Amino acid sequence: MAVIRDVMPAFELYQPSSVADAQKLLEQHGSDAWVLAGGLDSFDWLKDRIRKPKAVVDLSGIEELRGVRVMGANGGDGIEIGAMTTLTEVVNHPLIKQKYDLLAQAAEVVASPQIRNQGTLGGNVSQDTRCWYYRAGWPCYRAGGNICYADTPEGRNREHAILQAERCVAVNPSDTAPALIALDARFVLRTRKGERVVDAEDYFIGPDLDITRLHILQPGDLLTAIRIPSTWAGAQFYFEKIRDRNVWDFPLMNVASAMVTAGDNIERIRIAVNGAAARPLRLKAVEDAIRGKPRTAATGEMAGRMAVQGAVPLQFNAYKIPLMRNLVKRSISGVEEATWAS
Amino acid sequence: MGFLEWATSPWGQSVPIHIAWFLIWVALIAGLLFLIVHATWLTYFAKEREFASDVPAEAVAKIPKHVPRHSLVARLFHWIMAASMLILLFTAFLPKVGFQFNWVTYHWIAGAVLTVSILFHIIHASFWLDFWAIWPDKTDVEDAYRRVRRFFGMPAPPPRKFAKYPLENKLFHGVIILCGLSVVLTGVFMMFRVRTIFFPRNPYLFGDMTWGLMYVLHGLAGVGLIALVMMHIYFGLRPEKLPITKSMIFGWMDRDFYLEEHDPNRWVVETSSSPSAAKNLKGRGLTDVG
Repeated sequence: MAVIRDVMPAFELYQPSSVADAQKLLEQHGSDAWVLAGGLDSFDWLKDRIRKPKAVVDLSGIEELRGVRVMGANGGDGIEIGAMTTLTEVVNHPLIKQKYDLLAQAAEVVASPQIRNQGTLGGNVSQDTRCWYYRAGWPCYRAGGNICYADTPEGRNREHAILQAERCVAVNPSDTAPALIALDARFVLRTRKGERVVDAEDYFIGPDLDITRLHILQPGDLLTAIRIPSTWAGAQFYFEKIRDRNVWDFPLMNVASAMVTAGDNIERIRIAVNGAAARPLRLKAVEDAIRGKPRTAATGEMAGRMAVQGAVPLQFNAYKIPLMRNLVKRSISGVEEATWAS
Repeated sequence: MGFLEWATSPWGQSVPIHIAWFLIWVALIAGLLFLIVHATWLTYFAKEREFASDVPAEAVAKIPKHVPRHSLVARLFHWIMAASMLILLFTAFLPKVGFQFNWVTYHWIAGAVLTVSILFHIIHASFWLDFWAIWPDKTDVEDAYRRVRRFFGMPAPPPRKFAKYPLENKLFHGVIILCGLSVVLTGVFMMFRVRTIFFPRNPYLFGDMTWGLMYVLHGLAGVGLIALVMMHIYFGLRPEKLPITKSMIFGWMDRDFYLEEHDPNRWVVETSSSPSAAKNLKGRGLTDVG
């Protein structure tokens, strides 16, 4: 029987007005519930009738999940961004632009203006992978099956992983995730056991830990806010996204770095790359290796080479290795100092 | 609620993809129930065991104090296999019940160790051990019939003492062979689906249905092994079986236990009068007091 597209399966729609009510609903329905934020990822799943939740919990009516709040006196401890804050709000927020511009840069290149008006920060970091075999509803590992259709000799895997692939080679499609990792953000979760705060890099998981999820949220859990400490406020930021077209596209790869220099040397740095693995990768070894070194093309070159160590290309994505090497190089030495080399 | 998980392949074919994971709990509960029922039976209801006849005094005199039972090589195989089996079970099923960790690499490495150790065991048992000692023989069948009749209160002569291995051991070994070979054979092919050092990945080695059935067989044998391993560990820890367990550590069992359970005519212990036996005992710290 042909699959009916564009007509969502029936479900109970819940529109709570508080986090407590939302959490109660999510706990009540467990794995039968679907969390609806901006809806941009959700409606694909629902209209394609690949996901058929019994209950949809729409968070759009919860005011406490929206907005940017300062932490500490005059924002001295950083900011807290509600998970339902739209990407446009993030891009235009003066404090974010002034102190945490890395996040604004990343949010500004997500998809298209219309999508950024609707899409939320929480949704952007929690969205599912775009691997088309998986999105088409095929029974791959990520869907609970026993095969990865992309990691086959004939598989279309140009956009897939070069690092940390473990049976599944899908990648995380978020633009804001690497920026938040570079800013040392913390994600605030509401779980059955209470509030839990995790480092941004620990929010994301690879297929080695759980092949069916890209993040740690369990049924019943809710991402409520993202806190950015002031540690990196006003640092030198670099964000670059490579995509097939300049608007309304997911990243083939992106890089985000936050750097503090002392003279010509790199005093502190955090770098994260997305589109290379199933989770955004913080390049800790690279950070350690270049700390204290001069911010030059040579340092960037070394960092780029380190970053791709262990990369295993698939049939059609070997280009991602020089791409990642060069992105990391540019994130350190800047575009002017870096030349594209394969 | 089915026993298997099914999916629709890209070609519209309905194929099994693996067992339903609730079978893990079924196996676990079945194993526990067996343990409880068996322990209760032995504690409250079982009668004293009776065997056909005592061993002649001259035969007893020839039995050494420490009766060699498992060679060092056989013991090493057993413990390597046990370790790899436990790692395989934990890495396979803990993630399914909520303990998330990077299990695949440990799983295939343990699987490779198990495969090599089983291949070694087959060759070792075929050419260096008494191959038929672990297979039920006519006496075992006759004695099993006698034991069943006596269990139900029907007249039957007492069964004879065991050969090297009691019938229960032999049957358990047979079931382990079935499950073990099933997981090993399917597991070797399943390695073609993940990245290992052995073969290039080739998920198209078989069709979707064949792969699906392979995953199902692997899963069924795997959950079967949960119950079997539970039983095995339980018997290994039971007080009356401890001499057998100790023999798997030290290589020998006490003469008293040997005479109590085993028939010297069915399991002939090599003594110093046998040149090959003397050679075997030498250097193993065993004392032949016969």
